[in-house]
Amino acid sequence: MYRYDQYDQAIVDARVAEFKEQVGRRMRNEITEDQFKPLRLMNGLYLQLHAYMLRVAIPYGTLSGTQMRMLAHIARKYDRDYGHFTTRQNIQYNWIKLEQFADLLDDLSKVEMHAFQTSGNCIRNISSDQFAGAAADELADPRPYAELLRQWSTLHPEFSFLPRKFKIAVIASDTDRAAIQLHDIGLQLIKNEAGDLGFRVYVGGGMGRTPVIGSIVREFIPVGQFLSYSEAILRVYNRYGRRDNIYKARIKILVNELGIAEFTRQVEAEWALLEPLGLDAPQAEYARIIAQFPEPAYDLAAPDTLDLSDPDFAVWVKQNVHAHKQPGYAIATISLKPKGGIPGDASSAQMDLIADLAEKYAQDEIRVTHSQNLVLAHVRKADLYALWSALAEADLATPNLDLVSDIIACPGMDYCTLANARSIPIAQKIAAKFEDLETQRDIGELKIKVSGCINGCGHHHAGHIGILGVDKKGEESYQLLLGGSGAEDTSLAKILGPGFDENGIVDAVDKLVAFYRTVRTGPSERFLDTYRRLGAAPFKEAVYA
Amino acid sequence: MPRILTGNRLETGDVLWWNGSDWSRHIRDAVAIGEEGEALVAELVAAERINDPVLIEVEAVADGWLPKTTRERVRAIGPSVRPDFALPSLTVDVI
Amino acid sequence: MLDNQDQQAVGAAVPPPLSDAPAPLRFRTDTPDDGPIAPLADFLANSNFAAVRLDPADDARALVPHLGRLKLIEVAFPKFRDGRGYSAARILREAGFKGEIRAAGDVLVDQIGFMRRVGFDSFAPAKPLDPTVVKLTLERYPYVYMKAADGKQPVWALRHG
Ligand code: HEM
Ligand code: SF4
Repeated sequence: MYRYDQYDQAIVDARVAEFKEQVGRRMRNEITEDQFKPLRLMNGLYLQLHAYMLRVAIPYGTLSGTQMRMLAHIARKYDRDYGHFTTRQNIQYNWIKLEQFADLLDDLSKVEMHAFQTSGNCIRNISSDQFAGAAADELADPRPYAELLRQWSTLHPEFSFLPRKFKIAVIASDTDRAAIQLHDIGLQLIKNEAGDLGFRVYVGGGMGRTPVIGSIVREFIPVGQFLSYSEAILRVYNRYGRRDNIYKARIKILVNELGIAEFTRQVEAEWALLEPLGLDAPQAEYARIIAQFPEPAYDLAAPDTLDLSDPDFAVWVKQNVHAHKQPGYAIATISLKPKGGIPGDASSAQMDLIADLAEKYAQDEIRVTHSQNLVLAHVRKADLYALWSALAEADLATPNLDLVSDIIACPGMDYCTLANARSIPIAQKIAAKFEDLETQRDIGELKIKVSGCINGCGHHHAGHIGILGVDKKGEESYQLLLGGSGAEDTSLAKILGPGFDENGIVDAVDKLVAFYRTVRTGPSERFLDTYRRLGAAPFKEAVYA
Repeated sequence: MPRILTGNRLETGDVLWWNGSDWSRHIRDAVAIGEEGEALVAELVAAERINDPVLIEVEAVADGWLPKTTRERVRAIGPSVRPDFALPSLTVDVI
Repeated sequence: MLDNQDQQAVGAAVPPPLSDAPAPLRFRTDTPDDGPIAPLADFLANSNFAAVRLDPADDARALVPHLGRLKLIEVAFPKFRDGRGYSAARILREAGFKGEIRAAGDVLVDQIGFMRRVGFDSFAPAKPLDPTVVKLTLERYPYVYMKAADGKQPVWALRHG
């Protein structure tokens, strides 16, 4: 994992001091709320329905045990004993007090963490593959490049007042576990014909009000120049992105209005001017950062076999454990979607336990996934049973990864000022409908994603089944969308028909699933595959007839 | 419909209700506001100590008020999915 | 509607009025230019001006052929959230402009650190800035992560110096 040196720490410390001083000015009424709002938002602090909400950055979703323990401490000391892991691999707290915020930032900075640029119209936390460093199909660990981007984008003087927020994701395999085509910039590490490393660059993807799949702006940019190339993209966006209408301000709209060919031409012209200025970090810096993501010291004698005689354990292994590139090791996913729970929420006690388990069994590393679960990426197969037993005691071993109860849900109207409708209760009711895990496994992979408004924080456009909360004359109402995917086969879900009330939407999902089970060609055909094979009409018939 | 005045405290973010002379965390303490409401809001905005002050519509119920919109009911009570946090004025099932 | 996320569109904000007075906050030792400041269209049409105003939508690169005769380029910030002026200043410095680049309008103290980095060296804020806070702000960060227009070495240069 990347560790701060004196420079990183000095910058974080200065930033914390700066924000303390800004809070002081606000408390003394030397600045108005209007002037203060962008300052607090740039430090991840929103005012939500009940209190301030804080979003803490987890760079590329990777945490140490010590950091996780600090997140638990923050929840206990400054919040109500729990936190919410988000689809952008961050964590949010819902009950923060402004008057305690300075102390909270001090605590975070002790473990090399902060909340900078987790909100506001700037370059946000960089996201990446939760299996980075452990997946058999990756070219190299993508996280050093995410770290290079993190440093380059932190307090960037030119790009802190963009037309709108800006999200970047980096992966290094053909399997896309980070939805890169739904980011403002998506980077895939590849090798060209000469065998050199570089990035394929996607631009202009995004969800929200106008979902768009990213386009390729460059097939190959050498790794040594990807920062200056990103700078060129950002500059074109900062200069020409729309500022007259916030719903048209994301880069995806600029790319659409110019057309990808013209946009590319402008970026290339800008890059031709920027590249000679020596903006890219030198090779030595790449090497320094790459060296901080070494292969773990694997136990080469670790047995590659598993005792699956405990049937509950066997089910969990089948559902929540993935193959690791190193024989004798496995990747374990901790479900934050227990029966009756709130998707993505974890209590302080659970966070502490996960920190302990990561230190004991998983090379002291935890990952946050964009489906609001946690991953222990390097676990010896021989330790899996002990790990599972400990997780199960804390309600963290629900074997439902990618199943119908592994639902993404945004905070919705239970917390969020922008919401039209609640999301969490819908997720809970759907999960309760398919309570029986046997049934869930029979249904197979089915990604349900719920957003409480058009902003789409719950990724409803990327759901096999997407649910969107809308306001219907003051009543909470829900639209039903089908056929989305945030993986390498990215597609956008489409509205199926008229909306429903709370119970109606749950019944509709039930009908969809029942219909799918009668028409699928076999257990290996996923819901999404059946939908793609048959089209929307029969599904519509099944729900509305 | 009667209107009552609400906002969030700058220092804590707490949801507040105007009881006629001061702020309360409990909606049951709120008082109905007449014509003077708009002027009150303007004063609060200018004073910069209460964030997002606004008048909302409510229905009178036994021992207090029930806001018209789900959003304001959630603000008055707490998240519907955390009944353990519910403030005492109302219960989560009215959300 | 409440603007909880501070996202109101800035496109239609009105630029600050033109003024020929020297900037109240200046980080240059040369004598301020006291000639009139021309809007971009007037400047391009008349070769006598030595000072020009760039509004957010103006293309800074239109000035590149004329940098030799310019003493002052004023970049307008009708609303602080409109960040186009940051790119304008940096583009002008990248093109070699050594004269004064002034930020005028809705310029807040918490922005001037960034503004100094992209090449602004004078400030005409609509509301005066508190000099102590200005000083504090500009001395805040011991290091920077990336190159900009102020010649500061990024940390990667210090690390591998
Ligand atoms: C509760 C406070 C939150 C607020 C006020 C908020 C606000 C917003 C807004 C305004 C947008 C639309 C931006 C645009 O399209 O220009 C958005 C998009 C998004 N938010 Fe949130 N959000 C919140 C929580 C979350 C949470 C909890 C997650 C993760 C579970 C999240 C993840 C996202 C994602 C992934 C998008 C879509 C990005 C895209 O359009 O490419 N947000 N959010
Ligand atoms: S989708 Fe809407 S309701 Fe849900 S968190 Fe985002 S802004 Fe709030």
